[in-house]
Amino acid sequence: MLDTLRTLFLTFRHAFYRRATVQYPEQQPYLPPRYRGRIILSRDPDGAERCVACNLCAVACPVDCISLQKVEADGRWYPQYFRINFSRCIFCGFCEEACPTYAIQLTPDFEMSEYSRPNLVYEKEDLLISGTGKYPDYSFYHVSGIPIPGKDRGASERERPPVDIHSLLP
Amino acid sequence: MMRLSLPVLTPLAVLGLATMLTWVERRLLGLWQDRYGPNRVGPGGVFQAVADGVKLLFKQDWVPPFADRGVFVLAPAIGMMTVLLSFAVIPFTAMGGIAGGMNVGLLFILAMMGLGVYAVVLAGWASNSKYALLGGMRAAAQMISYEVFMGVSLLGVVMAAGSFSLRDIVAAQGRVWFVIPQCLGFCVFMLAGIAETHRLPFDLPEGENELGAGFHTEYSGLKFGMFFIAEYAGIILVSALVTTLYLGGGLGPVLPAAVWFTLKTCGMVMFFILLRAALPRPRYDQLMALGWKILLPLSLLNVMATGTIMMLRATTP
Repeated sequence: MLDTLRTLFLTFRHAFYRRATVQYPEQQPYLPPRYRGRIILSRDPDGAERCVACNLCAVACPVDCISLQKVEADGRWYPQYFRINFSRCIFCGFCEEACPTYAIQLTPDFEMSEYSRPNLVYEKEDLLISGTGKYPDYSFYHVSGIPIPGKDRGASERERPPVDIHSLLP
Repeated sequence: MMRLSLPVLTPLAVLGLATMLTWVERRLLGLWQDRYGPNRVGPGGVFQAVADGVKLLFKQDWVPPFADRGVFVLAPAIGMMTVLLSFAVIPFTAMGGIAGGMNVGLLFILAMMGLGVYAVVLAGWASNSKYALLGGMRAAAQMISYEVFMGVSLLGVVMAAGSFSLRDIVAAQGRVWFVIPQCLGFCVFMLAGIAETHRLPFDLPEGENELGAGFHTEYSGLKFGMFFIAEYAGIILVSALVTTLYLGGGLGPVLPAAVWFTLKTCGMVMFFILLRAALPRPRYDQLMALGWKILLPLSLLNVMATGTIMMLRATTP
């Protein structure tokens, strides 16, 4: 009996508490930078696409929502098309973890509702952004040992020149 | 003019208030649960009830093919009718309600509440489905047993006032409200009133987690709406009754009687909603045990005590 009255009183006291609701469209909730929302493809600091079409994201994806096709140009790999089906995506972030070049990233944006499902299939031009995303200085081709036009083998950052196997001199 | 308009206006006002109460309840529940509740339609969400009504109006009014059609349609009408008829004898002001100072007003209300059982039982029976029938049976057992001590708990008030007329009962509270000398009866009547309107925490006839929606599982559209509105009108009715019988009706300083009556009734309605916000639903056997093992002896004790005191008062000069 007393418990019941106490419950009533405690519940009544909640009338003077602050409300937990965030009035969403007018009042935006704070989303941390590492929030897992809409997926984007970033570019390196030079403005070139970071994605090297290695397919690791597509393999890592548990719901198979990523599909892409590799093409080669000037010794670099590019995705010919890169397609994410957001009606399947579960925003797990595995693709971001799998990506060796920081190309695919999740962003703090979830406002992507559509009235028809096909509109949720994002193509490469929808996904590519002009910036570098969360990793401003990273450029895959400048740290990896792969030679590209304008950068020979051994010319990458923190990379020693290749060993000349025809010489015995140290 | 007053005599003519009151019978027309009162049912309309009750229906309107009951509809608004759905919104008030949701806002208050929100307040007590640290959230907002419906606040989008109109200023503060006042038109939420209208939006819900329009939605119900345009829903398919489906009578299941296995249902007993005539009774199925009749049941919500009975529920609505008994509640609205009860309002006839409530004395909103000093002049009395629609039926004026009906000398057996309290009996009339008890009779209407007794008839109200038919609404849920017939709804459960006519739906011809398991959950609805179970809900209907539960409602029947609950409402019939709680009616017993509701009647008995009111006896104390009737004895003290010496009349079944609600107007006389209000008049008899001029010196002290009956909530103080009759506090035991007041508590029993409150609990019985909640059970009678099958409101939370005693809403076992429609306990969602075990019975779907209980007796109105098969109802849709406006028929469901009628059950809904009847339930909310029932809350207003029981609140108005508590106000009349125990809280002195329209009696109060400075303000006119109608304002006092409205204020007290609103307070009671809010208390009903607070009960819903705070308390969990008891098990069915606990509900029945509470009724027969605790409330019935308490109400009998109340009658006995009242009688004894009255007798002592009468014999000692």
